Amino acid sequence: MKDTRAAEAVIEAKGLDLVFQTGDGPVQALKDVNLAIGQGEFVSFIGPSGCGKTTLLRVIAALETPSAGRMTVNGMTPDEARRARAYGYVFQAAGLYPWRTIGGNVRLPLEIMGYPKSEQAERVKRVLELVDLAGFEKKFPWQLSGGMQQRASIARALAFDADILLMDEPFGALDEIVRDRLNEELLALWERTGKTIAFVTHSIPEAVYLSTRIVVMSPRPGRITDVIESPLPKERPLEIRDTPEFIEIAHRVREGLRAGHGYD
Amino acid sequence: MTSVTEIAAPGAGAGRTGLRAWRWVRLRVLPILAVVLGIVVVWYTACVPMNVKETLTFAERAGAEVEPASPAERRDMGRVALVLANPGQLGGSFALDRPRLPAPHQVVAELWETTVETRPTSKRSLVYHGWVTLSATLLGFGIGTALGVLLAVGIVHDRAMDMSVLPWAIASQTIPILAIAPMIIVVLNSIGLQGLIPKALISAYLSFFPVVVSMVAGLRSPAASQMDLMHTYSATGGQVFRKLRLPASVPYLFAALKVGIAASLIGAIVGELPTGASEGLGARLLAGSYYGQTVQIWSALFAAAILAAAMVGLIGLIERLTLRRMGFGR
Ligand SMILES: Nc1ncnc2c1ncn2[C@@H]1O[C@H](COP(=O)(O)OP(=O)(O)OP(=O)(O)O)[C@@H](O)[C@H]1O
Ligand SMILES: [Mg+2]
Repeated sequence: MKDTRAAEAVIEAKGLDLVFQTGDGPVQALKDVNLAIGQGEFVSFIGPSGCGKTTLLRVIAALETPSAGRMTVNGMTPDEARRARAYGYVFQAAGLYPWRTIGGNVRLPLEIMGYPKSEQAERVKRVLELVDLAGFEKKFPWQLSGGMQQRASIARALAFDADILLMDEPFGALDEIVRDRLNEELLALWERTGKTIAFVTHSIPEAVYLSTRIVVMSPRPGRITDVIESPLPKERPLEIRDTPEFIEIAHRVREGLRAGHGYD
Repeated sequence: MTSVTEIAAPGAGAGRTGLRAWRWVRLRVLPILAVVLGIVVVWYTACVPMNVKETLTFAERAGAEVEPASPAERRDMGRVALVLANPGQLGGSFALDRPRLPAPHQVVAELWETTVETRPTSKRSLVYHGWVTLSATLLGFGIGTALGVLLAVGIVHDRAMDMSVLPWAIASQTIPILAIAPMIIVVLNSIGLQGLIPKALISAYLSFFPVVVSMVAGLRSPAASQMDLMHTYSATGGQVFRKLRLPASVPYLFAALKVGIAASLIGAIVGELPTGASEGLGARLLAGSYYGQTVQIWSALFAAAILAAAMVGLIGLIERLTLRRMGFGR
């Protein structure tokens, strides 16, 4: 597939390989990954466990170094982009610091990046409202449910103005109803802020509902097997999931996953 | 608590608090009382054979018939045999002036006399001697803790220190403190340092070690994911230290402080032994053993134990309050 977005790509991978040297030999986590994500796109990565979704996100975030190939973020190396505060990262586990209140956890990046005190307070308040945690600023993480903790970790990634949001299964541990709500909120946020979002998920409906593009991956070695463009409009009420278009895309994703898995 | 109890006893609020209090007594107080009672019984029982020779001499002087009558013969007999031979003459076992093993109430009486009934400024006051030892303990504990934390920070941040410091720290602790304490005292004495400082240094020598080991573990306790988060913010080493490593190490620090304060006290007491110092709990122990004042030895021992328990308890309290304030609590 010819990529027309390459010119304006904010995240671009070319021939990316990543091999982990482990105790029992090398593990090829990524093999020949080529991808360009344009400004303001919402791209989901879907694939079976161990196919390298987290690894790919970590390469974008300069948390892993590729063995071969090139990754650029905003035209820079991932490391430079990190120093330029290009992205916020939401980890697979909420990972709040237990000795900090919810407000304190959200404030952490602001303290490190040296925002003025008054602005810190104002931003913390604003993003906590955004994820519906307004009354919980002074609570400690263990006083919150898992879903609320995950929302707090999203607020933490939103607190500073990064143009790119990297999200690794942020809603994986949540129940269906909360997940629906957060999906809606995330879409609204994406639309309002125009951020570029790279989003890892295991859920086909979630991927289809949220994304402008869905990247299907398969394991051993981790690689991209299919990229599906979504024709769905930007405006997406939850009911869109019952429309034929939606079901059609979900079907294609499922087919892609099955082909990659080699079940048949 | 469980909803089952609530259904079983609706509206039994007062009963429940009573139940909880009883539970607390049963689980926390009774076991301690049982152990204390056991120790007291064993102790009193042990007093009889331990003190039997002195008791019989005393009884003989008071005009009682003692079996065998000759002190020389008695000296060569086993204590248990003497007890069995003289079941009627053992009333004095718990009231001797210089018993081999003083009875608990004698120690308690001595403690009471030398703390409550003596002016704290008097040289006979255990409060006075306790303070002398305590001040050295606290100073040494402060030095040891500071040194331990500094070394741990160095070890965590510097590869060379990581490779080199810990083996030396471990080696330092394998030398018996009784062997080097006199040397430290003598060396420091030769440069004009005596009294508080040498003792505090021995205290520090014993207490820095648990702090180093524990703080290294604590500073390294953050999970890879917590470090990754800092990395995505491009945090500096100093920021990672202040905002992640240090707070994560606090529970480890308190665990070390409880061991360290007890070690400090031992260091201060040991530091008082080789000089023949005239002040401090160690000096009381030494003087007691010179003059066969067993009651004095035991009361000094108990004073030290009470002091240690109080300090460990105090640190435990600060620990609970701090960890709860920091949000570790649950
Ligand atoms: N630090 C590491 N060292 C060695 N192997 C690793 C490391 N991290 C990941 N791997 C391996 O790389 C492969 C891809 O892992 P990755 O975590 O990216 O999968 P994933 O797609 O995110 O899976 P999941 O959906 O379960 O989160 C796996 O086989 C994993 O065992
Ligand atoms: Mg993963």
